[in-house]
Amino acid sequence: MGFPLLSLVTFLPLVGVLIILFLRREQEAAIRWVAFLTSALTFLVSLLLVVNFDRTEAGFQFVERAAWIPAWGIDYFVGLDGISLWLVLLTTLISAIAILSSFTAITERVKAYYLLMLLLQVAMVGVFVALDLFLFYVFWEFTLVPMFLLIGIWGGPRRVYAAVKFFLYTLVGSILMLLAILYLGLQTGSFALPDLMAQSGRWVGTAAELWLFLAFAVAFAIKVPLWPFHSWLPDAHVEAPTAGSVILAGILLKMGTYGFLRFNLPLFPQASRTMAPIVAGLAVVGILYGAVVSFAQDDVKKLVAFSSVSHLGFVMLGLFALNGIGIQGAVLQMVNHGLSTGALFLIVGILYERRHTRDMDRFGGLWALMPLYGTLTLIVVLSSLGLPGLNGFIGEFTILQGAFASEVLGWGYTALAAFGVVLAAIYLLTMFQRVFLGQSRDPANAELAHQPLRWHELAVLVPILVLIFWIGLHPNTFFGPMQRSVEAVVGFLGGSALAGW
Amino acid sequence: MDAVLDYAFLAILFPIIGLLLNAFLGDRWRERGVAWVACLASGAALVVSLLVFAALLGRPPEARLVERTLYPWISAGALQVPFALRLDPLSVTMMLVVTGVGTIIHIYAVGYMHGDPRFQRFFVYMNLFLASMLVLVMGNNYLVLFIGWELVGLCSYLLIGFWFEDLSKAAAARKAFVVNRIGDFGFLLGLFLLFVTFGTLEFGPIFEMAEQSATVVLAGLTLPMRDVVTIITLLLFVGAVGKSAQIPLYVWLPDAMAGPTPVSALIHAATMVTAGVYMVTRSAVLYEMAPLSSGLVAWVGALTALLAATIAVGQFDIKRVLAYSTISQLGFMMAAVGLGGYTAGMFHLVTHAFFKALLFLAAGSVIHGLQHGMHASAASQGAEAFPASASPLPPPDPHDPQDMRNMGGLRERQPLTFWTYTIGALALAGLPPLAGFFSKDEILADALERNPAIWLVLTVAAFFTAFYMGRQLWLIFFGRPRTEAAAHAEESGPVMTIPLILLALGSVVAGLINFPGPHPFADFIRHHAAPFNPTVALTSTVLALIALGLAYRIYRDRLRATTDPDPLLQTARGLFVGAYNAWYVDRSYHRVFVQGFYALAAFLARPVEAGVIDGTVNGVARLVRRTAGQLRRLQTGYVRQYALAVMVGVVAIVAWFLLSA
Amino acid sequence: MMVPIPYYIILSAILFTLGAVGFLVRRNAILIFMSVELMLNAANLAFIAFARYFNRLEGQVLVFFVLTVAAAEVAIGLALIVVIFRTKHSIDVDQVSTLSG
Repeated sequence: MGFPLLSLVTFLPLVGVLIILFLRREQEAAIRWVAFLTSALTFLVSLLLVVNFDRTEAGFQFVERAAWIPAWGIDYFVGLDGISLWLVLLTTLISAIAILSSFTAITERVKAYYLLMLLLQVAMVGVFVALDLFLFYVFWEFTLVPMFLLIGIWGGPRRVYAAVKFFLYTLVGSILMLLAILYLGLQTGSFALPDLMAQSGRWVGTAAELWLFLAFAVAFAIKVPLWPFHSWLPDAHVEAPTAGSVILAGILLKMGTYGFLRFNLPLFPQASRTMAPIVAGLAVVGILYGAVVSFAQDDVKKLVAFSSVSHLGFVMLGLFALNGIGIQGAVLQMVNHGLSTGALFLIVGILYERRHTRDMDRFGGLWALMPLYGTLTLIVVLSSLGLPGLNGFIGEFTILQGAFASEVLGWGYTALAAFGVVLAAIYLLTMFQRVFLGQSRDPANAELAHQPLRWHELAVLVPILVLIFWIGLHPNTFFGPMQRSVEAVVGFLGGSALAGW
Repeated sequence: MDAVLDYAFLAILFPIIGLLLNAFLGDRWRERGVAWVACLASGAALVVSLLVFAALLGRPPEARLVERTLYPWISAGALQVPFALRLDPLSVTMMLVVTGVGTIIHIYAVGYMHGDPRFQRFFVYMNLFLASMLVLVMGNNYLVLFIGWELVGLCSYLLIGFWFEDLSKAAAARKAFVVNRIGDFGFLLGLFLLFVTFGTLEFGPIFEMAEQSATVVLAGLTLPMRDVVTIITLLLFVGAVGKSAQIPLYVWLPDAMAGPTPVSALIHAATMVTAGVYMVTRSAVLYEMAPLSSGLVAWVGALTALLAATIAVGQFDIKRVLAYSTISQLGFMMAAVGLGGYTAGMFHLVTHAFFKALLFLAAGSVIHGLQHGMHASAASQGAEAFPASASPLPPPDPHDPQDMRNMGGLRERQPLTFWTYTIGALALAGLPPLAGFFSKDEILADALERNPAIWLVLTVAAFFTAFYMGRQLWLIFFGRPRTEAAAHAEESGPVMTIPLILLALGSVVAGLINFPGPHPFADFIRHHAAPFNPTVALTSTVLALIALGLAYRIYRDRLRATTDPDPLLQTARGLFVGAYNAWYVDRSYHRVFVQGFYALAAFLARPVEAGVIDGTVNGVARLVRRTAGQLRRLQTGYVRQYALAVMVGVVAIVAWFLLSA
Repeated sequence: MMVPIPYYIILSAILFTLGAVGFLVRRNAILIFMSVELMLNAANLAFIAFARYFNRLEGQVLVFFVLTVAAAEVAIGLALIVVIFRTKHSIDVDQVSTLSG
């Protein structure tokens, strides 16, 4: 075991936590900067992961393993493969961005806020690197607490309702997962993912496999959220502070899709094949339903929240195509959604900070008042609706192509899902039109012309925009390292699934 | 010379450089600097295209196909798509049309957009469009084509909604994008099926495999290649129907005229809308294998040609007439390529690019002139009360510089515009020796040879074409000025008129590129050309002359005031009102699809989302709370009761142990 | 002379019953406390009696534990009662029912 780079990336934010604990409550600027710099440093360190990543290797890299609760076979066991690599990077990037975006938005209880943000970051990275199921579960549940407080303390008017709903809804799902994890651990005497994959013969093909699949699936489906388990999401998004929404959409939802890919597919391959039409069916319903409901919203944030339901449907469809094309597209789309939807929430936040409303009927004509802001928004909107040349298209096209070539899904799935692309154009362009085009419908908007974007507002959007173009024009930077790991997952799904290649 | 082919990507790169310069530095320059950068970028792309053309000509005809991979774009599992260019006669033809007409329109736009507060942004969009269109025509696979395909759609969206303060323009832009997306939905499915069938999206291997293998294995079934290709071509055609504004998706194009006139000329007449025709021609190998699909293409094209031509007769807006005319001419091209007359279709695409761009630009000049006239005569406008009109149609808005009823007699005020417009109109009507004559007659000759029914439909459409152009000429340029504005209209400056003259020259001589007999263009793009058919040529020429004469007889001096009803209203009232309302197609779509979607969205968002889905969740929560509400009564808060309960419990447990022992 | 073991047990049971009844019927927090002490001491008595009877030390040791815990309990309990008295001006336990569901 060499230098514990992965643990460093995971726990580096705790250094910031420690420093902030020693600062006084009134030293707000210092607290902000310590939080941001720690988080930015973590991102830079996490770039070392990409540099040192061996893309010819299918298994886990940067592995660290130490006994934690030996009596139960529970280890501190972390590692990274081509799939989690991008999610870890997404997490470190989005966390730094979320912290920077809160500089002017959060003015109360500053110390507590940044402590929670840094703790949340530790937990999220932990989820993506944990290879021991028990460790995974601990990190998984630990993300709930800071997020619950972020929504419940710094949220909007119905924050308590939203926070409690978020917490309870996701907790209910997780409890079933805990049972399944304990069952697996007791069966095999180990909680380590590689051990479990090696011993999966014990349950594959039995009725237990289906039940285990379902127990995990419920937890993940609620987190994704897969239709019809999504109703906590719009409430949480609408009430959460901007940075909370960014993290929620950008990272927390990905924990669900990541869970399906990391645990459900390789551990329960046969159940995955059996359930694929159902899960993919729900995904397609979600794509269309999310898009149509999104169109009916007046609150921009709610619109973006429902669009997440639609976009995550694409990810789920790609995963349950159960072939290499679909899964690679799904992993890329997780990153894409984190960037595009994260950026949309940042954009909404910029507007909300100035106008204290998100009702689209009270805007209009903003492009003329804030030309740069309008243009940046348009690029993000186009990325979100899947315009070729930008990131969203690559993900959606690859997913749909994978679903079309899938052995387990019929062409109808792809046909219906592809119609989601049309609907995305409708609701996103309608949103853009209501906010930015035409004439202003509220005289208060005139003020906006004197409030151009501030440096930190630009600083959070620029890296996202760079990535939006980068992924759109040269997606192989991202497809390359994940190739072997995805092949490995497809290998677990059985040789015949390779036919889609 | 061949070295040029390695640098063909510069044709795409130059406009991109231009747009980046203008986007990031343009606000420091005056209009002049922005204009120079944009026009030079476009001109440089034209030069590259010409050099590529020359390089291809320098090769023997069978070696005129060069592919260059720029970089591997997508590789996800089996899905391997390179970003690669394909240079062959077809793509070079399109490159020349796009950059040639594009450059002329860039120059014109410098004058037309002069003084607009978003001058810089306009040219950024225009350069973006050029680059996207070149990606579309130069790609060597369907996915690169699709990037260009969607990006030109984006440019179209941005430019239609260029004056976005006017919400109706913004809405027109959105409509264009969404309707195109519906077409692209079919196109995408076509791409998926192509990939699953052939394992690649590159043109060369696909065409080769399609011709060579008789069967294909899909999802475990062995299917005849012919049937699979039929489905593929039908799906691809859905995309073409959207982009090239054919029945039933043509409704976006008339609204697209909300954009600035150079945009209408470049995007919505000369280049982007012909992408569908290009795509079908590009996929000629596939369409020839699928008679069902190509038959559908031909019929959709022919019916679109006729339908749009009839609607054009009933329009008063100068640009809407041209818009419907464009739809109709695109129908001609579609019919041609559907019948296998790829040469004729592409030939018409080229000539149409010239004369339709000319017509739009000249119309822009008229609008510009009239706006000047309105400013000049602003004092006399205003309080004028119009007498109630007997017409069932709304009277013209006196401030609308695009309504032909506000014009008249502009021949004397704008002589140069008049002459160039006339050349364009006659070329469109198909009079010899103008370009439109040759290309349209080639289509008609092809049609007569292969499907007389379609020939008949197209000939009737051609008759209407000559008629509405005659009507337009008379309404705009002849008679007396019907408004003060028209009387004070001014000729546009040289930066606008010189492009008109260039395009007029093109409209005269472009027919030579495929002069009957040697058919040089047919040799170049290596498709068959129908021999010159004197009967067809004579019939259509005579019909065109009759139509023009009829228009002259009906419209000469009949509209004297802006409120005078259209003369056709008296002779064919119902038909004219129908044509004016575009046969109510758009309105029905609105009622069925748009309002249906609104209703669906409202239904899902309120009763279903809030009621059923979230209601269930909250219902469970309420159930838990109610149960807890019952149970909490046990907690009275009286310590002594708890103690008693403990006591009773202890006694009970002890008793149980004693009794069971 | 040895007092027979049943006497101790009977005494212990009587004391415990007194304590338990007192605990249940009294409302004064101080008296409740005294009742609790009574019960604890009843238990202590039983411990010591058995320890002596079996000649072993564990029972006696345990009594020391009980005594310490009881002392600590009284200390905290009285402090609580004082606080409650300050806010409620009463030490009637039935008045302190804020935990009612």
